[in-house]
Amino acid sequence: MNENQPLLQVQNLKKYFQTPSGTLHAVDDVTFDLYTGKTLGVVGESGCGKSTMGRAILRLQEPTAGKVLFDGVDVTACDKRELKKLREQMQIIFQDPFASINPRMTVSQTIMEPLIIQNKIDKHDRTGLEKKALEIMDLVGLAPRLVNSYPHELDGGRRQRIGIGRALALNPKFIVCDEPVSALDVSIQAQILNLMQDVQKQMGLTYLFITHDLSVVKHFSDEILVMYLGQMVEKCGAKQLFAKPMHPYTQALLSAIPVPDPHVRMQKIPLKGELSSPINPPVGCRFAKRCPYACEACSEAAVPLRELEPGHFVACIKAGELPV
Amino acid sequence: MKKQAAAASGKARSLGADAWYRFKKNRLAVISLIFLCLMIVIAFSTFIIDWATDSSFYDAKVIAQDLRRRLEPPSWEHPFGLDEFGRDMLLRIIWGARYSLFMGMAAVFGATLLGGFLGAISGYYKTADGIIMRVMDILLAVPTILLATAIVAAFGTSKVNLIMAILISQTPTFARVVRASVLTVKEQEYIEAAKAMGASDMHIIIKYIIPNSLSPLIVQCTMSVASAILSIASLSFIGLGIQAPMPEWGAMLSNARTYIRDSWHITVIPGAAIMVTILMLNIIGDGLRDALDPRLKN
Amino acid sequence: MNTILDVKDLVIHYETDDGCVYAVNGLDLDLQEGETLGLVGETGAGKTTLARGIMGLVPDPPGRIRGGEIIYRGTDLLQCSNAEMRKVRGRKIAMIFQDPMTSLNPVTNVGLQIAEAIQSHEKLSRKAAMQKACQMLEQVGIPAERAGEYPHQFSGGMKQRVVIAIALACNPDILIADEPTTALDVTIQAQVLDMLRELRETYHMSMLLITHDLGVVAQTCDRVAVIYGGEIVESADVYTLFDQHLHPYTQGLLDSIPKLNEDVERLKPIEGMMPDPTQLPEGCRFCSRCAYADERCRTEHPNMLDLGNGHKVRCFRYETQEVEPHE
Repeated sequence: MNENQPLLQVQNLKKYFQTPSGTLHAVDDVTFDLYTGKTLGVVGESGCGKSTMGRAILRLQEPTAGKVLFDGVDVTACDKRELKKLREQMQIIFQDPFASINPRMTVSQTIMEPLIIQNKIDKHDRTGLEKKALEIMDLVGLAPRLVNSYPHELDGGRRQRIGIGRALALNPKFIVCDEPVSALDVSIQAQILNLMQDVQKQMGLTYLFITHDLSVVKHFSDEILVMYLGQMVEKCGAKQLFAKPMHPYTQALLSAIPVPDPHVRMQKIPLKGELSSPINPPVGCRFAKRCPYACEACSEAAVPLRELEPGHFVACIKAGELPV
Repeated sequence: MKKQAAAASGKARSLGADAWYRFKKNRLAVISLIFLCLMIVIAFSTFIIDWATDSSFYDAKVIAQDLRRRLEPPSWEHPFGLDEFGRDMLLRIIWGARYSLFMGMAAVFGATLLGGFLGAISGYYKTADGIIMRVMDILLAVPTILLATAIVAAFGTSKVNLIMAILISQTPTFARVVRASVLTVKEQEYIEAAKAMGASDMHIIIKYIIPNSLSPLIVQCTMSVASAILSIASLSFIGLGIQAPMPEWGAMLSNARTYIRDSWHITVIPGAAIMVTILMLNIIGDGLRDALDPRLKN
Repeated sequence: MNTILDVKDLVIHYETDDGCVYAVNGLDLDLQEGETLGLVGETGAGKTTLARGIMGLVPDPPGRIRGGEIIYRGTDLLQCSNAEMRKVRGRKIAMIFQDPMTSLNPVTNVGLQIAEAIQSHEKLSRKAAMQKACQMLEQVGIPAERAGEYPHQFSGGMKQRVVIAIALACNPDILIADEPTTALDVTIQAQVLDMLRELRETYHMSMLLITHDLGVVAQTCDRVAVIYGGEIVESADVYTLFDQHLHPYTQGLLDSIPKLNEDVERLKPIEGMMPDPTQLPEGCRFCSRCAYADERCRTEHPNMLDLGNGHKVRCFRYETQEVEPHE
């Protein structure tokens, strides 16, 4: 593989749903590149389409339009057989460690399941299976005595380790992490984040890290993409985003994070109203209705993503002129 | 929380084992289960006796009439008394158990397979859902007894037809139960996880959907055996089921009703046999439902 | 300041088929008039059980209040009859829950739900109650015209506002907020917290804010109590707690969260996990995860140490070690 070629290229990805009240624009025209070994954080509030985007990239949901190139192969054009082969290299870790594991399977069965489905291992070779399972359990920090436990006997942190082990079993290149730590307690969250960082280094993984927690995403990502109602509003390096947010939505979002330090009083940028619905959205900027800087031009035409600084993309006509 | 401790000590308990552990705590359900198993063993032993004696015991004791001693009330010699043809009621109840129990079970077993299959298909594939479920709705709209009556009337009274009639009338219930449960399971994230691994539809149905939709099916089975037994008894009562002189409980009840004023025992005993069996099945069903209810997990 | 609510040595257990869950074990907590007290802890620490205990809403069975006192303005709530508790609940002490989706009745419009809450404690005509309900809605930032709408027509943040309006309808002395913003988005969370703070001031309420989010605590609370294994392990005013946290668990909690203003290569998690609440360790509840634990910690249960200035910590380390008082 060419080093300079991105591992994942997402081009104009769209996912619409037909609902009784109109077309829901869950993901609208998302484009980005992701290089091997890097982490792209995707942040946004509930309903902004970040999870749908992750699933559309993996074709767990069929994209409405757009292209997803993985290692140069167009995922959206694959047939069933090619897709099954691709799934070896693209995996997903889910948010809910309770719902994402089959309650009828033991830890080792769950972790071995992808290898069996992909015919990577002889499913009748019991010792071989157990050996491999123990290897992966060791990798994700699960004690060997849990090998035959059932998920309902384990706590959230351990279950999430099973989920990670399952995703790693096939030795993938790319993992979509859909809010992997949101359901966990603070002290366990740090354990899991460290684990994910360790295996990333060890195995050269590329992550698409979806979350609503901005402090986690800053710690974890190289680049961050901010979404609002299905659209990208800003994308740049993680440090840059926090140092110099340019889109008014990003600014408001960052200012709303409660700082765990009582000496720092937050300077909140008040936002009008709440998230509007992504069903039949208006033509112009979708944030215009809540934006403190909105003018008429904002709601007249679609706002293109502009590169204002090298690697810093913003979808706002006033970006650059606004105070930071 | 103790479960976590159990896991820590290396003893794994599957969901099934866990449910059994909870079921065992329900004393009434356990007693019912023991009693029902006993009944099944006794009913089964009648086949062995018939086979070993070449039905001579059956002919001499269960079928042969002794009109001199008809309607004799319960005594030490005949604890359940004698019926209107002077036959021992206890033996007739025992021999009758096999019709009620085994035919009921056979019908429910068939209905589970057929209904389960149809329900799983319509739950998993949206396209088949409309057609299958409308057919099931039509079947459900006809009262069970009426449907069974129609089938038996059309194809004649035989044991196979009786089983088929009850099987068909029970199928829609199973299809509904399984469909609902498949629809819930289908939305779970672990199904999506399996898809992300590249699992085929068949693999997902067999390894993920079926094992996780079994609980309501098991409960429905127990309850349905009870209603199947009632249907068999009812059909026999109106003369469309098991024919005389075979000792079926419903048929016994039907024949006895002429003598209800003078000899209480020949109506009460088969009636009580039906009632007790159904009560036990329902208690077991309730116990299973409580034991398998996911809300009690954790 | 006066103590408005004083929880003393509260013990609440759940007796389940799988053994006894020791949810709250000898918990002491006091709430001063007009302050916001943050109660911080993780899943299973006993936060919600404590809140239910104060409200008299511990489900029995399996819950059992084994001992202790909850003194509200001189009366022990645990000695109150059900009828007396009903008068306290809502009118004196109100509670809002984490999930606004399930705490509203889906078939009644929101105005009526608030009006009903008012009527259950005040003798008012339906019309007057409805009028007051509209005022309440305005106060939580919802236009009064929306009083006739049903819960499903509101977004999550709006629903939580309605829940708050119901809780405040009878002008309670104490508001217990159990993770009020956990289910909400960041921008909405900020709005709701601001609103809660303003309302607390206008109504001169005391607030017990239960949360696991240390950011929310730092920005909203006057005083903080950290709960672990069903007991308070450290309590202090918010500045002291964030500047001079002494208990190893508090230290671990603060270290393990990623911070926006610092860049670290690796996070420092607390190793291990919460002890099984059916089998709590004999000594210090935190000993199995604590880096400083020694033999004494494993066998002897530490008492709360008062370090002065309202700073209390449950750890043997500070019996001998001198602690500089926090300015």
